[in-house]
Amino acid sequence: MRKLVADRGDLLVVAGLGSTTYDLAAAGDHPLNFYLWGAMGGAAMIGLGLALAQPTRRVLVATGDGEMLMGLGALASIGVQQPKNLAVVVIDNERYAETGLQETHTAHGCDLAAIAKAAGFENARTVRTEAELTALLPLLRQAPGPLFATIKVTPDRPPFVLPSNDGVLIKNRFREALLGAAR
Amino acid sequence: MSSDTQAPATWPDDIYGVLVEEKIRQVAYVPDAGHTRLIDRCRGNPAMSAVVLTTEEEGIAMLAGAWLGGERGVLLMQSSGVGNCINMLSLATVCRFPLLMLVTMRGEWGEFNPWQIPMGKGTPPILEQAGVLVHRIDHAAEAAETVQAAARIAFSGDRAAAVLIAQRVIGTKVFK
Repeated sequence: MRKLVADRGDLLVVAGLGSTTYDLAAAGDHPLNFYLWGAMGGAAMIGLGLALAQPTRRVLVATGDGEMLMGLGALASIGVQQPKNLAVVVIDNERYAETGLQETHTAHGCDLAAIAKAAGFENARTVRTEAELTALLPLLRQAPGPLFATIKVTPDRPPFVLPSNDGVLIKNRFREALLGAAR
Repeated sequence: MSSDTQAPATWPDDIYGVLVEEKIRQVAYVPDAGHTRLIDRCRGNPAMSAVVLTTEEEGIAMLAGAWLGGERGVLLMQSSGVGNCINMLSLATVCRFPLLMLVTMRGEWGEFNPWQIPMGKGTPPILEQAGVLVHRIDHAAEAAETVQAAARIAFSGDRAAAVLIAQRVIGTKVFK
């Protein structure tokens, strides 16, 4: 996660509930982070609405495999819209970490990148090595979207940071940083 | 329409006019017979992004993203879709995202399909329980003012507001 948001420039970031929200906070809190603590299955669609509203900004959705699996239809809806400025990245530990590390479908061969590709993400890939991760990073910022990547990670839980769970605060903080005082 | 000889209803045009006036830029929808004309008009407006969804809850998340990015949106669905939205509504209510939903009602007036009745009956109390402010259009002439009232409370009050459009207004689906 730290590598995904390093030198973030004007990147707008949405994190799915659970580990990706904690990892995004651990990588460094930022007003242009929108952290989810619920709304499971909604992260990618929040990214779509944001990408359509801010076509000149790059939008990154970082979410978990369980969260993505709950809202797979979003890949089809994004595939129809073809937003050039949206990247969806799944941090795939093949586990529901929040509920006790039970295996998700991706532990049993479910291929999220193939699903994304079939849904219209022309640029969709699975990242398994450091070299593949290094190759992915510039694409997240520059390659025409919609871009999808699932990054396979180990299911251990490194130290994490809990950001604010005050939804009104993180929403208003995000809007103020992006839009200024205007409503 | 309840009859082939009736002139086309104008209430969808009235609602469309309010959406334009309220500067709605993102229109999320699951295709629906009752909303056909409104969806077509929104799709025909280059200032609006009309986004077809696979399930209604996607629209709640999408419109939260729209608001984060400074745009206003609307979610169009029928009453059966309300059931798909329940958990995702917590995104709107916890974060106080403005959310405007226009719901065409099924299962309440001359409904031919009993499978529509549970969500027809359930829609108003379920929305209320989820923390949504519920408005209702029982006569076509009330359409514009009701949508405008709901939009105002949603976007000025940072609240989730739904407008239920009675099945009697839409016309009962008839197989011939």
